[in-house]
Amino acid sequence: MLNEAEVKALQKKAIDIRKLTIGAIANLGAGHIGGAMSIVELLTILYHKWMQVDPTDPKKVDRDKLVVSKGHSGPAVYATLADKGFFPLEWLDTLNQGGTNLPSHCDMNKTPGVDFTTGSLGQGSSAAVGIALGNRYQGIERFTYLVLGDGESQEGQVWEAAMSAAQFKLGKLIAFTDYNKQQLDDYCDNIMGMDPLDEKWASFGWHVQKIDGHDFNALDAAIEAAQAETKKPSMIVLDTVKSKGYCFGEGIKGNHSMGINTEQASEAIAKLESEV
Amino acid sequence: MAKKYNTYDHMRDAFVDAMTDLAAANKNLVMLDADLSGCVNSGCFQAKYPDRFFNVGISEADMVGIAAGLSATGLIPVAHTFACFASRRAFDQFFLSANYAKQNVKLVGTDPGITSQMNGGTHMPFEDFGLMKMVPGLVVFEPSDSVSCYKLSQQAAIHKGSTYMRLQRKGTTVRYTDDTKIELGRGIVIKDGIDVTLIATGLVMVDAAVKAVELLEAEGISAAVIDMHTVKPLDEALVLEYAKKTGKIVTIENAQRCNGLGSAISDYLSEVHPTLVKRMGIDDEFGEVGTLAYLQKRYSLMPEDIVKTVLALK
Ligand SMILES: Cc1ncc(C[n+]2csc(CCOP(=O)(O)OP(=O)(O)O)c2C)c(N)n1
Repeated sequence: MLNEAEVKALQKKAIDIRKLTIGAIANLGAGHIGGAMSIVELLTILYHKWMQVDPTDPKKVDRDKLVVSKGHSGPAVYATLADKGFFPLEWLDTLNQGGTNLPSHCDMNKTPGVDFTTGSLGQGSSAAVGIALGNRYQGIERFTYLVLGDGESQEGQVWEAAMSAAQFKLGKLIAFTDYNKQQLDDYCDNIMGMDPLDEKWASFGWHVQKIDGHDFNALDAAIEAAQAETKKPSMIVLDTVKSKGYCFGEGIKGNHSMGINTEQASEAIAKLESEV
Repeated sequence: MAKKYNTYDHMRDAFVDAMTDLAAANKNLVMLDADLSGCVNSGCFQAKYPDRFFNVGISEADMVGIAAGLSATGLIPVAHTFACFASRRAFDQFFLSANYAKQNVKLVGTDPGITSQMNGGTHMPFEDFGLMKMVPGLVVFEPSDSVSCYKLSQQAAIHKGSTYMRLQRKGTTVRYTDDTKIELGRGIVIKDGIDVTLIATGLVMVDAAVKAVELLEAEGISAAVIDMHTVKPLDEALVLEYAKKTGKIVTIENAQRCNGLGSAISDYLSEVHPTLVKRMGIDDEFGEVGTLAYLQKRYSLMPEDIVKTVLALK
């Protein structure tokens, strides 16, 4: 259970991360804002409460790992890692530019703190299974966290990995679906409906919870319950809003990747600050 | 009704129009996408033919398999996704269900090579030419402007057998007119020359070759330029003619040098008329993120690089 002060601190941290994310994308002029903004609370609580990581030693063997399989959410991951001290905040201004360490999709060989390379949707799911399996074999008692998109979950590979994780009883694998109901072309329901997503995962042998993905108390309790489940992999379906906190993207259809100019960024950031 | 195919702003619009126009006469033509319909603007086709458009969501292997099944019922499926996924992600389905099974699937991969720019290394296919060239009997091509895009994509659609079109989505140039003779499997001589032949494919590389010709003229070198839009089957007669005429060839492609256009040309010439072929392209490297301008410099594919290569030829 989080106390009130802890919730406040996490909320403040999430605003910082959102501001950095919007700023980095606006500096570039355009980017994948939608799916970045919807996982900010998750990234915040993972890196500021649950994940055992050391920013001064990003490749430490004995650490928890996060595979962001929806690799286009890199900008939010980079903002979180920079804020946590994995690399200088100034790097955020190099997002996607020639020679950068912060490419559009997560890259474990370029960015300190990124645990797996992603970008081709679906592939992170199997990689996370492999990491959890490898850790168990080698006696590394650490958690593997995985973030999937709802659209991404249309890839067959996600379900192949789901079967593997259940078969291998990977209790230390904790996955999240950023269930923001939107993909690139449209709302998921208009393209390839995923409901009932929680029942699908349960039928694949996973421990499943469904929560409000922007509520820190709910996130905290769900992660605790997932860690307590040692025989099955866990799926936490996060009910989220695509582009959450970037006011010009929330609630519209074309919010997957958007142009953002500096005025829009300032206005959106001011709005975030006014809500503190 | 006179159409002006070179007035499109983007090649993708020429492609979708070509399919929409053809679909009016050919009821069997259907389109598929895997959640990247917005990127190629196939919404125009969907709006006109809602019952002939299938967006399967983010499942490329499924899409290509479904396309093969549609073909087995006599339809002509035209399936689009980014070139990286069209080639790598759905290769087995395209190889077996579409090609080995002798179906009629028109696969379209957009953002080839460095044109995937801001999507970065994970999305940057340098190997799709090579992979696709290895599929027996497959027609593999890449248009270099809207006119060739419109005409070649329609020819591919009515061709009997599967095809792979590599397509730069954004941007185009005014290169050909509606009257230009453009045929799958036939290279287009853009400019004649006597000292060396530049053979390029795709919008960015043909543009670079055309620009290089001007720079070479200033050096007193007369270079011919060929737009070899069809990489397979290769226009062997044209290659042989220019090998004989100019004695030297430089190939330029936005793809791996290995097993791409340059490879096809040297494979052929080494057996029938050994000729010096210098292959420009990506040299056994992965892609990375950046603007097109940055990447074209990064991978040494600028007109100035072509000039350097030509000047270094013995
Ligand atoms: C295999 C693959 N197919 C297509 C894409 C292109 N793409 C990138 S993001 C995206 C939509 C993702 O939707 P979702 O998983 O719901 O992510 P979110 O809404 O959280 O951004 C698509 C189609 C890709 N990166 N990988």
